[in-house]
Amino acid sequence: MQRIIFLYFLVNLSLVPPLALAGSSGDPLKGEAVLRDMGRASCLICHKISNLLDEKDQGEIGPALDNAGDQFTASELRARIMDARQINPDSIMPPYFSTKGLHNVARAYQGQTIYSAEDVENVVAYLLSLKEETSQ
Amino acid sequence: MIARFLLMLLVMGLAAPLLADEPVRSGYEFMEPDTRRLQDDDFLNPGFFLVEDGQRLWSAKIGASGQSCADCHGEVEASMAGVAAGYPVFDPAAGEVFNLQTRIHSEMVERMHAPPMAYDADEILALTALIALQSRGLEMRPTLTAGAEAIIEQGREIYETRRGQLNLSCAQCHVDHAGQRLRGDMISQGQINAFPIYRLIWDAPGSTHRMFEWCMQAVRAEPFKRGSEEFLALELFLAQRGAGLKMEAPGVRR
Repeated sequence: MQRIIFLYFLVNLSLVPPLALAGSSGDPLKGEAVLRDMGRASCLICHKISNLLDEKDQGEIGPALDNAGDQFTASELRARIMDARQINPDSIMPPYFSTKGLHNVARAYQGQTIYSAEDVENVVAYLLSLKEETSQ
Repeated sequence: MIARFLLMLLVMGLAAPLLADEPVRSGYEFMEPDTRRLQDDDFLNPGFFLVEDGQRLWSAKIGASGQSCADCHGEVEASMAGVAAGYPVFDPAAGEVFNLQTRIHSEMVERMHAPPMAYDADEILALTALIALQSRGLEMRPTLTAGAEAIIEQGREIYETRRGQLNLSCAQCHVDHAGQRLRGDMISQGQINAFPIYRLIWDAPGSTHRMFEWCMQAVRAEPFKRGSEEFLALELFLAQRGAGLKMEAPGVRR
């Protein structure tokens, strides 16, 4: 865990594309499960993923994530999930793996990130699997 | 006459930047047809249980004074017509904002010598609904008093501050993304012209401050207390922001 935190700060300081957070690569199936879990600030609250049409009422705040695997590399996805403010300071997207600059956080969540390092890697792995040939 | 003209300029100056670009729209316009139907029919609208309680309380003896609201105010339909549409109000003498609930509470405690009650006590909420109903169909038009401007600015700042683990401000959803779907729900402008409301997901009636609290918890922020200076400032700001909307209490919301 300390190594993860160290890596994370290294990333924040240097603004290089973040390295994998959890040591090994993520599991797309676990990532899909995280994404479907509405209790966990799911991507689907704001984004649409056509592959998951069994999930009703997907969000329309952010861009659709169909073909995310064609559009972004792992490190680009990881950077956006971890803290989209690094790409656009005004981004409405919550920072899933940063507590930097947060204000008025509820006591139960203080000092914690929305996702764990493992969650981030799993979600990255799932999003990478979304490619045009798989979206039908 | 000059004073009135100056006041008008002040009011216009205050109101103009608050109305932003988007025309104000009640949450009603963002609702599903089934929810609208529930609000439209006074016999189906569960908010009317609250109104009935309020009617009973209006003529009940309250506190050590042994008096009822009706003893001084008479028929609620006459004495309270249009009153709620002018709230919240910054009271310069008291140096604080009163919304309808805190005004009712202060009447009950100060004048009628009732013991202090919780912010959303059933009695307060019921009387609020009854009195708000007497403004139904009228335009929400909070009275602007001297000193209100600073409080409205405080409320605006609260509204625009990103907070919580999800790092979201009220404005990011209710201004920037109103009309878009957040999961299954269409985001409204977050207007307060229908309060107190009956909220279906609570299966209970609730106040503006309960709603603010719910929103803050949803972004994983530590909410302000119901009845706090911060929530009252936010409420005054929101009433100004939505000025001109028709009052709908008791509203029904999902």
